[in-house]
Amino acid sequence: MAENEIEIRGLRKSFGENEVLRGIDLDVARGEVVCVIGPSGSGKSTLLRCVNLLEEPSAGRIFVGGTEVTDLDVDIDAVRRRIGMVFQQFNLFPHVTVTENLTLPQRRVLKRGRAGAASVARENLERVGLADKAGAYPAQLSGGQQQRVAIARALAMNPEVMLFDEPTSALDPELVGEVLAVMRMLAAEGMTMMVVTHEMSFAREVADRVVFMDEGAIVEQGPAEQVVGSPRHERTRNFLNRILDPAAAEDPGSTAAGNGHASSGSGKESGSGSGRETG
Amino acid sequence: MTSRLTRRQRRRVSQGIQYAVFVAAVVLIAALADWDRLQNQFAQKDLASELFPDIITIALRNTVVYTLSGFAFGLVLGMVVALMRLSSVAPYRWVASVYIELFRGLPALLIFIFVGVAVPLAFPGTEIPGGVYGKVALGLGLVAAAYMAETIRAGIQAVPKGQMEAARSLGFSHARAMVSVIIPQAFRIVIPPLTNELVLLFKDSSLVLFLGVTLSERELTKFGRDLASQTANSTPILVAGLCYLLVTIPLSLVVRRLEARTEKAR
Repeated sequence: MAENEIEIRGLRKSFGENEVLRGIDLDVARGEVVCVIGPSGSGKSTLLRCVNLLEEPSAGRIFVGGTEVTDLDVDIDAVRRRIGMVFQQFNLFPHVTVTENLTLPQRRVLKRGRAGAASVARENLERVGLADKAGAYPAQLSGGQQQRVAIARALAMNPEVMLFDEPTSALDPELVGEVLAVMRMLAAEGMTMMVVTHEMSFAREVADRVVFMDEGAIVEQGPAEQVVGSPRHERTRNFLNRILDPAAAEDPGSTAAGNGHASSGSGKESGSGSGRETG
Repeated sequence: MTSRLTRRQRRRVSQGIQYAVFVAAVVLIAALADWDRLQNQFAQKDLASELFPDIITIALRNTVVYTLSGFAFGLVLGMVVALMRLSSVAPYRWVASVYIELFRGLPALLIFIFVGVAVPLAFPGTEIPGGVYGKVALGLGLVAAAYMAETIRAGIQAVPKGQMEAARSLGFSHARAMVSVIIPQAFRIVIPPLTNELVLLFKDSSLVLFLGVTLSERELTKFGRDLASQTANSTPILVAGLCYLLVTIPLSLVVRRLEARTEKAR
C-alpha cells in the first residue's frame, strides 16, 4: 500500500446519462511515470481530473499517498497541495507576473514568507529555464514558456505527484519539445507522474507504463514497448495507426494493422533533446 | 439602359436629401426660437458670475461627495449581492435575485422617499449615521448595488473556468481562490461598466433634494433651482448643468479609453 502513490478502485463517473468512466482500477507506484493514451472521449482526462477531485467520482475510491481523496471527511485542500496539476490551457494567472504566479500559491496556501516563497520561485524558474522571464506577464510569453511556468508553479508547492492533462496539445508543434524536455527531467529526478498525452514518442521514451483507454475503460496496459510497440488489442492498434500516421487513415472498417508499430513513431518526434535517455 | 440611376448618382441624391433636411431643421429652429428671451432667461452674465464660488465649493463638492459615498456603499453591497447570486445555497440566490429585480425595477426617486420617510418611521429614535450624507449614501447605494451586482456577477463569470480549477488544484480553498485569483481578474473586466455606473449615480445624486437638505448640504440641482427661484431667472440652472457636464463628459471619455484598452488586452 505504501508503495503506491495513487490507487484507484472501481472508479465510475457519469455526466448525466453519459457514463464516461466505467469502472477503472489503476495503481501508480512511487516514482513511476504512467502515460494514459486513448482516443478523445475515452475518459482519460476525466480519470486524471478525478484523482485530485476536480471531477467528483460517481462511484469508487481513490487514494493518493495513502489518504483517501474520495472520503467526504478528508481535507481536500490539504490533499491537493500534494498533487501538482498541469493543464492543457496552462491556466496561469494572467493578472500577476510570472514570479507572482509562483509565489501567490506558496504564500496563500502554504503560508510561506515573502523571502522564502521568492527563493523557491527563483529556484523553480531556473529548473524550467525561465529565470529571465521572472518579471514578465503570462501574456508576454509563448505557449511553451507559459506551460513551463505552469509546471514550475506546480513544483513550487513541493508536490509528491504530478498530473499532466494533455500538456502539449495546445502548443504549436515547434514549442512541444521544450515542454517535453522539462517533463523528461522531472521523470529522471524520480517524480511520480501521471500523463495524459498524444505524444507517443514521449510515452515510448519516458513512461514506465502506458495505459490505453477506450470508451471509459482500460483496454490494455504495460511497458511502453509493448503497448505502443506491439499492442495486443485491435482497438489499441487502430488507435496507434491513426495517431502515428494520420495521413494513412483508410476506411475505418479496415484492420490491416499488423505493421502499425513499424512506423516507429518518427513522424511525431519532438525536437529538442530527444536523444537523451532516461532510466 | 433605362432612366434608372447609377449607383454613384443614387448615392449623391441620398446624401443630398439628408444634408438638406439637416440644414432645414437648423435654420428653422434658429429662425423660430426667440433668442433674446432665451438669453435673458438663461444666460445672464452677471447672474452667472454671482454663483461663483459657491456653486463649486458647496454645490459641486456636495454632488461629488454624495456620489462617491453612494458609490462606495453600493460597491460593497453590490459585491455581497453578486456573491450571494452565485452562491451554492439556494436561499441566498433567491434573496439576491429579489433584491436585484426590486431595486432595478423601482425609480430611484421612490427609494429616496422610502429612505427619507419609511426608515425613520420603522425604526423610531434611530438616526441613519451621517445625517443627510448617510441617507444619500444609503439611497444611492441601494439603487447602485442592484446594477453593480449584476455587472460584477457577469465579470466573475467571464473569468475562464480554468482559473478556478488551477487555483483549487494548487490547494486554494474556494473562498481564497475567489479573493486572490477570480475577483481581481473580474474587477479588471468590470471597471468600464462600473465607471459608467458612476456617471449615472452622479446624475441621480440630484434626487437628494427630496430628502430635505440645509443650505450647506445643497448639491448642484437643488442649488441651481433655489437660486433660479430667488432671482426669477434660469441662468443658475444652465450653469449647474454645465457643472454636471464638466464631470460626466471627461468620465465618459475615460470609460471609452478603458473599454478600448480591455478590447486590446483580449
